[in-house]
Amino acid sequence: MCLAIPGKIIDSEEIGGIRIGRIQFGGVSRKAYLDFVPDAVPGDYVMVHVGFAISKVDEAEAERTYDLMRQMGLLEEELGKEVETLPGGTVT
Amino acid sequence: MKFLDEYRDPKVAEAIVADIRRHVSKPRVLMEICGGQTHTLMRYGIDNLLPREVELVHGPGCPVCVTPLEILDKAVEIASHPEVIFVSYGDMLRVPGSKRDLFQVKAAGGDVRIAYSPMEAVDLARKNPDRQVVFFAVGFETTAPANAMAVWQAKREGLKNFSILVSHVLVPPAIRLLLESHGNRVQGFIAPGHVCAVMGYSEYEELAQQYRVPFVVTGFEPLDLLEGIRMLLAQLEEGRYEVENQYARSVTREGNEAARQRMFDVFEVTDRKWRGIGEIGQSGYRLRPEYAAFDAETRFGVSDTRAAEPPECIAALVLQGIRKPVDCPVFGTRCTPEKPMGAPMVSSEGACAAYYRYRRHDLTVLV
Amino acid sequence: MTSTFSLNCPLPLEVTDRVLLGHGSGGKLSAALLSDIFFRAFQSPVLARMDDQAVFEIGGTRLAFTTDTFVVKPLFFRGGDIGSLAVHGTVNDLAMGGAEPLYLSAGFILEEGLDMDVLRKVAASMARAAQSTGAEIVTGDTKVVEKGCGDGLFINTTGIGVVREGVNLSAANARPGDRVIVSGTLGDHGMAILSEREGIGFDTSIVSDSAALNTLVRTMLDAASRSSLTDIRCMRDPTRGGLASSLNEIAACARVGVELIETAIPIREEVRGACEMLGLDPLYVANEGKLIAIVAPETVDAVLAAMLEHPLGREARIIGTVSGKHPGLVTARTAFGTSRIVDMLSGDQLPRIC
Repeated sequence: MCLAIPGKIIDSEEIGGIRIGRIQFGGVSRKAYLDFVPDAVPGDYVMVHVGFAISKVDEAEAERTYDLMRQMGLLEEELGKEVETLPGGTVT
Repeated sequence: MKFLDEYRDPKVAEAIVADIRRHVSKPRVLMEICGGQTHTLMRYGIDNLLPREVELVHGPGCPVCVTPLEILDKAVEIASHPEVIFVSYGDMLRVPGSKRDLFQVKAAGGDVRIAYSPMEAVDLARKNPDRQVVFFAVGFETTAPANAMAVWQAKREGLKNFSILVSHVLVPPAIRLLLESHGNRVQGFIAPGHVCAVMGYSEYEELAQQYRVPFVVTGFEPLDLLEGIRMLLAQLEEGRYEVENQYARSVTREGNEAARQRMFDVFEVTDRKWRGIGEIGQSGYRLRPEYAAFDAETRFGVSDTRAAEPPECIAALVLQGIRKPVDCPVFGTRCTPEKPMGAPMVSSEGACAAYYRYRRHDLTVLV
Repeated sequence: MTSTFSLNCPLPLEVTDRVLLGHGSGGKLSAALLSDIFFRAFQSPVLARMDDQAVFEIGGTRLAFTTDTFVVKPLFFRGGDIGSLAVHGTVNDLAMGGAEPLYLSAGFILEEGLDMDVLRKVAASMARAAQSTGAEIVTGDTKVVEKGCGDGLFINTTGIGVVREGVNLSAANARPGDRVIVSGTLGDHGMAILSEREGIGFDTSIVSDSAALNTLVRTMLDAASRSSLTDIRCMRDPTRGGLASSLNEIAACARVGVELIETAIPIREEVRGACEMLGLDPLYVANEGKLIAIVAPETVDAVLAAMLEHPLGREARIIGTVSGKHPGLVTARTAFGTSRIVDMLSGDQLPRIC
């Protein structure tokens, strides 16, 4: 459930008390309602579900999480395939 | 695409899988709750990457699948009215009611249209003052704020020709029921990322503590799921039962206050029936009295529709994660996506449909 | 608090007694409609081959004969219109049989009240398209239906051409070891159309790829003729139902498996973005200026090289292999090295919220 994808706010305006923005998703854009992300501004990334931004992407968090994962990938490469599986323990 | 492609990196996936393999010490049963997560798992074959000890079972996280039969019948009835423009999300159109689905209503002359967003339905109402526009407001908590906004806006504009048919369901009561049930084998939960983006995850903390079961709020890309699984397994190995947040780039513990506010302006909690499961107390939303005028059930006099569901398939067991789609005697034979017998085969996100579409060759061919 | 789940399940629905939109999608429903109603009624071995065109011999000459009907909405879209689409579509079906298009017919169903200017523009577009392919529109028909009985304008085109000597193109020829080539990016046409659809539209620069493929096919056959023309086993233009549906048809017909490499399949960034947004899989989205070719491994490099030199083949790629495993099933190796089925859909792909 809940297909939501990240897009960048290109611009926003208020029409009749509702905030609407143009959001870009990898080359296509569509309008989305921004009332649920009051502090999101053009340039920010938001998660859009059925035409509504439901959260602002925390770019610092995204980088942090991804860096951790990527480091795991680098570590994995360094250790190579000959690492033995230690039952229940961590790899040192 | 930024914040999407990075989470599909195969090299990182390999690394996470290797880490999982190193740490798993005994068989574990995990459940992902959300249909969108099931879709990713099946589509990327993630269960085939995991060590044998890790068993993934698929939960009832598909609002399309669990929409009760009565609601489908009400939808079909309302959509058959000549003055009605019936607007729905795409995935609902093929869901069978007792006798027909919405596609068949369309074939018989009903004005049934697909919308990507509920605001399209409000637009239609504005542009067609002589027609009655009814929106099929289905979904979990993720979709409720958007559906609420449509009604809220319609009321502001004084639209007399807009109403919604509500079938909202909530995740935590379903999880609670699952954890209470005798046959439950699930030891850890991959919690639904976008539901939590709206609701936050404090509701799961209570469940974690009470039932001593770990939760990890997880995203929808393959790396998100692998990482969420890794974190869950780590909790199990270490004997912890907390709620952790893998999807921190989109989810905070408090969730989205603005979205919830709009949602609770318009909706209140109520008991709801789940197709294939039965009634779960306080597990859905209905319109508040101030918005009762926008309830399509009353407007079209379909509140009393009842539907009989004869027992035959094992949908309930699949939805609880007790059985896999392949355990079902009619899976892939009498029950297929073209002729679905049960809820999980109905929607493309249902466990049976996902399994059938992406993975039935596993039964005969080893990758 | 103990609880039991009741085992509830809806009754299966009866087989449909009315035509549904899904019957036009190119998926399983379409296939069922064809076999239950039409193949059963029109008993013909030529028809039973289920290629995009019928090939038969008259007085020693092999002719290809095909028909197609166009119901696209909107009538005019970025990259084309119903007229050029109608010409390209039929020319392409002939080309998939290895035939150069010679003569076309054009039948029109016009809705009462259709703007005459629209009709003029469509006719002009058809003339231009036909001329660029070398085909002549030599006969046709016009009917007018009452207002409300048609979507403005429907066009049927039928085409006839001579099959090139030595060519034997049919889905049944595909065999294990053959390679699968696609001539360019997938999903452009379908997403261009969808972007203008009420209720789900979006802004984009995606343009329909509607084009006549006969000269590309000629180039490919020329390349293959240096070794053996029959090294090109079959060709398909993946229109409604997309790549997935065409490959599933070939797999079923030849009783072979097809294994794709997902990362090799060319898809434009914008098409991907649009598909992500709506929850659609680009492999099922329609194309109107692309072809799939099944080619013997000995000749595939030569054919590919020739395609890359042609304006309509610049982004051609080898995207998979025909296999003897899991006959009738199309699978894809994901970026993760796992395998998934690329199934035949029952009806149209629907945008999802899940």
